[in-house]
Amino acid sequence: MTDLSSQLLLYIGTAAGLFGIGLYGFIVGPQTLRRILALNIIGAGIFMLMVVLAYRGLAEEAALTLTDPVLHALILTGLVVAVSATAFALALLTRLNQAKSAQCKPDQLRHGQEPEQ
Amino acid sequence: MRLLLFDAILCLLLLTLALASILSRQLAHAVILYIAFGLMMALAWARLAAPDLALAEAAIGAGLTGALCFSALAHQQPQLKPDVLNWPKRLWPAVFVLLMLGGVLAALLQLPPSASQLIAVTQAGIGNSGVSHPVTAVLLNFRSWDTLLELVVLLLALLGARQVAPEVKPATSWPLSLGWSRLLAPMVILLAGYLLWAGASQPGGAFQAGALLAAGAVVLRLNQQLSWLSWSNFWIRLLIVSGVLVFVLMALLAILLTPGNTDVVWLRWPPHLAAGIILLVELFATLAIALTLTLLVAGEPASTGAEHGCGEGA
Repeated sequence: MTDLSSQLLLYIGTAAGLFGIGLYGFIVGPQTLRRILALNIIGAGIFMLMVVLAYRGLAEEAALTLTDPVLHALILTGLVVAVSATAFALALLTRLNQAKSAQCKPDQLRHGQEPEQ
Repeated sequence: MRLLLFDAILCLLLLTLALASILSRQLAHAVILYIAFGLMMALAWARLAAPDLALAEAAIGAGLTGALCFSALAHQQPQLKPDVLNWPKRLWPAVFVLLMLGGVLAALLQLPPSASQLIAVTQAGIGNSGVSHPVTAVLLNFRSWDTLLELVVLLLALLGARQVAPEVKPATSWPLSLGWSRLLAPMVILLAGYLLWAGASQPGGAFQAGALLAAGAVVLRLNQQLSWLSWSNFWIRLLIVSGVLVFVLMALLAILLTPGNTDVVWLRWPPHLAAGIILLVELFATLAIALTLTLLVAGEPASTGAEHGCGEGA
């Protein structure tokens, strides 16, 4: 069915597993912070798949001493983009929490006053 | 065979850490497990012959993302009762994910084992690129559009985060942490300089150096040092924008210097000037990446003026 070596199979399986775990966390995870972490795990799985794709020639042919530099450069770019997206998402999350807690206080005040009227 | 055993243990550890991070009851545990996961990921990339990525992942994936998540956690109200999901709410996503996983694996197992053609193409062009490390050549010469736009993305993320940023809670540091961070600072600067210079011929380069500098600066900022490092400082703003600015200026300069202006291609360096241009672009990109990441993670320093009224009351 496949011509890949056992080491490559292992890492491909791990990459797919990380993708699955991240997807599950993204769907289930009740807190937003955990969803952001899950997105990062999905990203890690995809990056790992790309690293394996860049590596596959090295595992098979002993004559080849190089991995695919284009994929490595893409992942390096992707890492920085991922961390900036995470930072922006977390800033939004913090702001959301602040807005919620600010909204709660007037609500509680109003609820406290209603029985008196 | 022995290495295969190491690979198997590493993969198992990665999957376990990821699963534990997703399933753990408390968010703080999830973040700590994620940091451990990032470190193991760096190890896996070193195993897969990607030392550039291992360096970047150890600084960015584990360090900076972890610090970001912790500072977001500090702003959240502590959750008294963890949400417990009932079984159907856990089961149906699991069934869906398993089906997806089966599909993904079935597709991935049909991959051909041969290496891609791009290696030969890169090797052919590397003589004219100005550097001898293939990853740096791809990043800053063959595919410099990616890198330019990545710097723009980083800038946009900082601008976006600044719009919604909450005020920073003033924190305290203890003497031991302060002493260690001061001891660490010169070594971080030295290592970052080495990584930047080594990037031309070995694993290393602007991203790794920038991420390392940012990690050092974040540690110092968490200890209330470097109070000049803030968005309100004009020179910091200028340096943050300079990553994109120098890149674009160099691209314009390269067009002007192309002999005869016969075939003008945006972002193509003339071969005899490529080494100098790449070094200049990388230097400013390193500073821009380091400062942007530091401000993204650590935010503005809690100024002494805020304590006296204007920010705190509102």
